[in-house]
Amino acid sequence: MKRTWRGALAVVALAAAASLATSGNALAQANEQFFPVLVYRTGAYAPNGVPWANGYVDYLKLVNARDGGINGVKITFEECETGYATDRGVECYERLKAKGPSGATTFQPLSTGITFALTDKSFTDHIPLITAGYGRADSVDGSVFGWNFPIGGTYWDAADILVQHVGKKLGGMDKLKGKKIALVYHDSPYGKEPIALLQERAKLNGFELILLPVTHPGVEQKATWLQIRQQRPDFVFLWGWGVMNSTAIKEAVATGYPRDKMYGVWWSGAEPDVLPAGDGAKGYNALVFLAPAGKGQVHNDIVKYVYDKGQGTGKKEDIGEVLYNRGMVSAMFGVEAVRKAQEKFGKKPLTGEQVRWGLEHLDITPDMIKKLGMAGFMEPIKTSCDNHEGAHAAMVETWDGKKWNVVPNSRYESDLKIIDPMIRSSAKKYAEEKKLPTRDCAKEDGA
Amino acid sequence: MNIPRYVPVAALSALLAAGLIAPLATGETAPGFWVEVLIGGLMTGVLYSLVALGFVLIFKASGVFNFAQGAMVLFAALAVARLAERMPVWAAVIGAVVIMIALAFAVERLVLRPLVNQDAVALLMATLGITFFLNGFGQSIWGSDIYEINLGIPREPMMVLGNVFEGGVLVNRDDIAAAITAVLLVGALAVFFRRTATGRALRAVADDHQAAQSIGIPLDRIWVIVWSVAGVVAIVGGVIWGGKLGVQFSISQVALKALPVVILGGFESVPGAIVGGLIIGVGEKMAEVFLAPPLIKAFDLAGGGIENWFAYVLALLFLLVRPEGLFGERRIDRV
Repeated sequence: MKRTWRGALAVVALAAAASLATSGNALAQANEQFFPVLVYRTGAYAPNGVPWANGYVDYLKLVNARDGGINGVKITFEECETGYATDRGVECYERLKAKGPSGATTFQPLSTGITFALTDKSFTDHIPLITAGYGRADSVDGSVFGWNFPIGGTYWDAADILVQHVGKKLGGMDKLKGKKIALVYHDSPYGKEPIALLQERAKLNGFELILLPVTHPGVEQKATWLQIRQQRPDFVFLWGWGVMNSTAIKEAVATGYPRDKMYGVWWSGAEPDVLPAGDGAKGYNALVFLAPAGKGQVHNDIVKYVYDKGQGTGKKEDIGEVLYNRGMVSAMFGVEAVRKAQEKFGKKPLTGEQVRWGLEHLDITPDMIKKLGMAGFMEPIKTSCDNHEGAHAAMVETWDGKKWNVVPNSRYESDLKIIDPMIRSSAKKYAEEKKLPTRDCAKEDGA
Repeated sequence: MNIPRYVPVAALSALLAAGLIAPLATGETAPGFWVEVLIGGLMTGVLYSLVALGFVLIFKASGVFNFAQGAMVLFAALAVARLAERMPVWAAVIGAVVIMIALAFAVERLVLRPLVNQDAVALLMATLGITFFLNGFGQSIWGSDIYEINLGIPREPMMVLGNVFEGGVLVNRDDIAAAITAVLLVGALAVFFRRTATGRALRAVADDHQAAQSIGIPLDRIWVIVWSVAGVVAIVGGVIWGGKLGVQFSISQVALKALPVVILGGFESVPGAIVGGLIIGVGEKMAEVFLAPPLIKAFDLAGGGIENWFAYVLALLFLLVRPEGLFGERRIDRV
């Protein structure tokens, strides 16, 4: 009998403790902003996924440790491993979208394939997708894609800037006539995204576009590079990700294609893309947007407030790498969108819909960039309902065997005369196909 | 009317041979370039063969289709690459051999022994489990970056046969090293199977488990040995692939290309693994370079490389005309 009483008491005590813990947790959650973190730390794309994720998470930790959250609202976050697979990305989205007192703030899947899948869901779930430097190029048009934010650049910008750069190298855009440009691309929504723009440019500038798809994960490129050897293009544009990038450079070495005629998109221009190729990568070029490699005040703060307290996500020596910085800047967009939205909705946990307002009113000026400790790491950004991108510039950098060096006078802005009509027409087509209502951005931006 | 069994095989072989020389015969390509694609395909085929050998060895000795062979290649390559950061490559290879033998013991003790006399499907599922374990565990302990195995072979290509073909033929030194290694490995395996007592015991087990046991051949020891040999073959494959492509998770996925190789060559045949690898390697490279562009143009396809699925189509075709594979043993079940 005595035993039964003891058992019952223990159960009651446990239940009471659990309920206290839950209510305490609920109280603590009341002033928290939840950031879901979709990452890939394992699998074929982990070499690139890990540094981005480390930069992203370290920045969230910094805002909590240094500033006590966003205007006093603590950031909470949870990682979910997607393995860069669309199905797993959607699974993570479904699991995390309702977490936190006000639901997920924003999703940043770091995958164009996952972005394509989540775009359809965003129309009903009303959670913004920040796709800084990836995703759908036509999602710049916020009148149709109300929840996508390809902040800082799209693949159409990237492809256009690369064409401008090689045109300039040849001595003028007219010199592109009769030239051959090969696009070696990851055979996925990501790799296919620049094709429309390059086909348009090929028509305009008179060059021949050779399309060479590489199947996932991109380690078998022998046939691709044999075709390059046969067709001898004047330039190769590389649209790879993960191990595909270093393999492409190695195959270029093996087939004798000059690396200084190879240009990668900004996702083919980080340290994991060139280091495995050793000296063979010398002279290889890639685009850089938003965040080149290097360190500034924000990195010092990350070391001081996060790493020195034993809270660092990755290795201290990896801070400042290209993809680390890009993850960090991507996290900053989410944080600043919340901060902006708090001006309108109050300093409390905000819903995805409220954060969308913040994302459509981002105005990251040079002064603000300096205040953020990110001087030299990004372009000023100004978004609106009509323009979810906010900036459309990039630079070219070259790998010297040890580090990336920005090519002097290589900052370009994409040609909106070509791109904007493409964006509008593609977005309109999408809205018609999906029977989506469109927003009157002239009215919303004017308000 | 009964058609002799060799007729469909001969017809398919003739068709493939015609496809192989078509680009050359139609003058669509320069002979030098055709030879380059051929060599590229053969060299890729050698790499596939090295993985396929591991599949064949285990299947021969235990009747288990070891789905984990690709993961073993990755695990072995990761072990060599990470150990080589602290010691010379040769010492790292020895370290990896020790690790793979330990793995063979663990597999025999923890997976095979408890499942003895179970269905082949149960054993296949067990090797699937080993695959996931090795892929995850390998990345947990060794990391998921791209790691280098520097074999000291220059990467710059060589031009050969300049006096035969205009502009010469491009050949890579690491491909030649891979081919020589594969030949030496097959030679060593042949000696091991034919000239050593253990090798003969392995062959006896392969022929008939029960008969082998009845004359005193210990099955558990044989399994450890054969998994160890497959582990060493995985090291050779992993080092060559890793030296060429860098060591990363994707190696285990590409290693799955060994599946069509063993389907084509036969599950129990070492020569089949070699010949099958070469046919798949040449077939897919030729198809990607010469067949894909006209196909995409003619049918206005959305694009996409065909080499990945072409290997499986080729294997399926052979499966239709010769289910046991080119060199496999024909099974006749009497009812």
